[in-house]
Amino acid sequence: MEHDFASELLAALPLLLISFLAISSIVVDALVKNSQEITFRYALFGLMAVGVVAALSIFDERAVIFSGMITTGGYASYFDVLFALGGVLTLLAARPYLRSRNYELDEFYSLMLYAVAGMMLMAHANHLLIVFIGIEIMSIVFYVLSGYLRSSTFSVEAALKYFLLGAFASGFLVYGMALVYGASGTMEYGAIQESLAQGTEFPTLLLIGIGLIIVGLSFKVAAFPFHLWVPDVYQGAPTVVTGFMSTAGKAAAFAAFIPVMDVLMPGQDAITIQTLLAIIAGASMLYGNIAAVAQTKVKRMLAYSSVAHAGYIMMGIVAGSPQGKSAAMFYLASYLFMQLGAFVVIGLLERENNSDSDEVYTGLARRHPVMAAMMAVFMFSLTGIPPLAGFFGKYYLFVATIEAGYTWLTIVGVISSVVSVYFYLGLVVTMYFRETEGADSSVGEAHSLKPGLAGLSLLFTTIGVFLLGILPFLVVKVTDALAGS
Amino acid sequence: MAALLTTLFLPLLGAFALLFIDKTALRGIKVTALAISLLTFLASVVLFMQFDQSEAGFQFVINQTWISSLDAGFRIGVDGMSMLLLLLTTLIMPVAILTSFNSIKKNDKLYYAMLLLLQAGMTGVFVALDTFLFYVFWEVILIPMYFIIGVWGGKNRIYAAVKFFIYTMAGSLLMLLAIIWLGFHGDPQSGKFTADLMALRDVGPRIPFDIQQWLFLAFALSFAIKVPLFPVHTWLPDAHVQAPTAGSVILAGVMLKLGTYGLIRFNLELFPQSSHYYADFFCILSVIGIIYGALVAMAQSDIKKLVAYSSVSHMGFIVLGIFSMNSEGLQGAIIQMVNHGLSTGMLFLCVGVLYERRHTRELKDYGGVMSVMPKFGILFGIAMLASVGLPGLNGFVGEFLTLLGAYTSPALDTPWYAVLSASGVILAAVYLLKMYNGVVFGVNDKAENQSLPDLTRSEMWQLVPLAVCCFWIGLFPAGFLKVSAPSTAALVNKIEGLRADDHNYGQELLLPDAAEALAEQGAAHPD
Repeated sequence: MEHDFASELLAALPLLLISFLAISSIVVDALVKNSQEITFRYALFGLMAVGVVAALSIFDERAVIFSGMITTGGYASYFDVLFALGGVLTLLAARPYLRSRNYELDEFYSLMLYAVAGMMLMAHANHLLIVFIGIEIMSIVFYVLSGYLRSSTFSVEAALKYFLLGAFASGFLVYGMALVYGASGTMEYGAIQESLAQGTEFPTLLLIGIGLIIVGLSFKVAAFPFHLWVPDVYQGAPTVVTGFMSTAGKAAAFAAFIPVMDVLMPGQDAITIQTLLAIIAGASMLYGNIAAVAQTKVKRMLAYSSVAHAGYIMMGIVAGSPQGKSAAMFYLASYLFMQLGAFVVIGLLERENNSDSDEVYTGLARRHPVMAAMMAVFMFSLTGIPPLAGFFGKYYLFVATIEAGYTWLTIVGVISSVVSVYFYLGLVVTMYFRETEGADSSVGEAHSLKPGLAGLSLLFTTIGVFLLGILPFLVVKVTDALAGS
Repeated sequence: MAALLTTLFLPLLGAFALLFIDKTALRGIKVTALAISLLTFLASVVLFMQFDQSEAGFQFVINQTWISSLDAGFRIGVDGMSMLLLLLTTLIMPVAILTSFNSIKKNDKLYYAMLLLLQAGMTGVFVALDTFLFYVFWEVILIPMYFIIGVWGGKNRIYAAVKFFIYTMAGSLLMLLAIIWLGFHGDPQSGKFTADLMALRDVGPRIPFDIQQWLFLAFALSFAIKVPLFPVHTWLPDAHVQAPTAGSVILAGVMLKLGTYGLIRFNLELFPQSSHYYADFFCILSVIGIIYGALVAMAQSDIKKLVAYSSVSHMGFIVLGIFSMNSEGLQGAIIQMVNHGLSTGMLFLCVGVLYERRHTRELKDYGGVMSVMPKFGILFGIAMLASVGLPGLNGFVGEFLTLLGAYTSPALDTPWYAVLSASGVILAAVYLLKMYNGVVFGVNDKAENQSLPDLTRSEMWQLVPLAVCCFWIGLFPAGFLKVSAPSTAALVNKIEGLRADDHNYGQELLLPDAAEALAEQGAAHPD
């Protein structure tokens, strides 16, 4: 397909826009003193604009531009919207959170823009190198953001751990890409596909390469057994950042994972690769949910549950069908709302009590009925109870996986879901069924909580969870169309 | 159709509306909740008036596509079986709400909203004609019941609530798998996925037996947990004992019926071959449940626990009737579902009345209550006798029919199930009379019991309508049996027809070739 340069630029508008915003925000930051207010708005409205531009191009036909490096159109635009949405919701919650900790440095907002830019690059990639560049942009920002609370040892530990392990994972990824390049002679998706269809002289090298790429990407989506960084990082990083990392970050990694596997999976080793992915998915679901049962801290519990959810979403890749892809895309959207919402609540409670102790959940329903209700909704949605977003996502994933013939994997999924009931409900039990001891019950009421902008973020996530649960066809229509093309 | 939609959605809207009432306006909250449940009852009565009792199929059918790519739809309708259970639901709810007026003392707004949400979910299960929709309603029920037990329950409520949730969820997730798997068999030609129960009803029996039996077992496990059938009944006594009175009434009155209803609607209707194959298995479990439940009930000193175990025993009769797979058994099962809802509902209300006054449920703390609470004594007696199965009261009709069904059933082909179960009736008389005797008769020798007030007007309003229904069904059962007769007859015909088609019935699997042949046959002679 021939494109003139102007139309290529137009097609890449969301990507160009976010890059411009990210780079220029530093300039804004440098020129204006005490620029928090301005950079915050700059980032917020910038991301909204990116979301709108991307949403407008969601029905554009898929096109490959910039010498085969970048793809535009539906699939990438869908994820662009998700990232922008995740960014906006996080920004809304982050401002009051950082202020209350006296950590509101202006870089935070530029970093958010950079993270989103990296994510979008991953979704737009049509070339293994672009995937790598995108991942690195995103990851480096995440390393920094994890350690953002410099005075907290937990935060610094999280950053260091994440950085060391992340660097290893990147190494695997690059090595894998090099081997694939060696076997196929190219790094561009279309060309790889053609070359693999003709067969390769180095099938073993190729298989190892694919395996290493899977390892690298599994690390980024936080799948078992490459999840070791997850609990500590999720716990140590600032809560709002964790919310962003675990949702938009996961979505970005999957946005890259899905097309990469589309390219690499077909071929003589398809069954081997599919089985490998299925095992990773099954192990993630089981391990994540079982390990979450043993957690005593809510953030760690959600960290392990995030491993499990990576497993659920991976079922969509295992299925390998358009339906599987569509289900994974839908699930990522619902996961964004429910997980991000849960972390916003956690952040609010941390702010209120100046501690991240889990005592604050006891009898929460009495002190903050609305917030407790929302948290309960998020938990039920994560469990997969209708009519909430998480249920439909799971249902669709199960349908796709059974259709692909991986019934055993869905059985594993179902069993692990039963396990997950226990700890998600555990939080609801603490919030609703346990009463605070007589004297303590007034403590919470003493200082009233003003959620501010975070309330807005919470409202949107709650609406999202219900909307995607009751009217899933609104989104499924889009993902079906995009996954099919 | 409007009446059906009102019956389904009014409680849901009501639950929503309650959230906007000021939480200190207790009176307003209670009256609104009661009014909504009464209006819903009215709507269901209107629905019943419009219902054509001679029709076997579904009526007032609404068929709206919801999620087109998965062919899930908003498909609802009622037939004779669901009609009766729908009426039971709408009748029990106002009673449950009324009984909560004095006993619920915290967070009223949430409580009544949960009750109405629960009603919407239960109604939805009875009317859903789409597997996806059915599952949605099935799961929606869990949340309000979980909160009702967990927030407003007794001392050990957290354990009971979590146990209830996990048990049910474990069963229903397996059912979800089966629903999906079944969906791929909806259209044998194209293999297109569907959740349309009307389409699946016809193809279910053509699914090869080796697949069919797994589907059957997955559905059956989920429903067996809800019924609850021995040995997955252990959540029930905990849930009953810890739940507030209204929770117990709804649990025994309606929720357990969801399981037996599901067994008929899905297991019998979709997988007749497997039903035949596993009929003995389930009948053995029900007989064990009948006798075991009765024996354990006999050993209880806590009245509520006693009634809870009597539920396990009585629900066994219903499952026995279902797997007799003849019209006596099925008709008996359906009428017994209604009966059990009424009589056990009343029993739990009576236990609630006692507990309100004395804050104890120990049998030994009572005695001779008749002298101070004569009205209570009479109504408690009616409930007890209805539960025992005294002729003239409703319990007799249901138990008699289910036993007759089991006795004559060609599918079971042995009278032993009926004979053994009949001992459950005798045991029921023993433990229920013992309970009644211990509470109501004898000498009123406890100081605390000397001045117990008799039933209040509100309590009379709860118990009398149910008692009237007990007599009504007991004396004129034909009017009720007539409602579900065409639907059960059609179902029995379907099962029998399949039996005639296949001479190696019950053992032989319908292989794909056989299924094709059957499909051609069906096309050649459309009924």
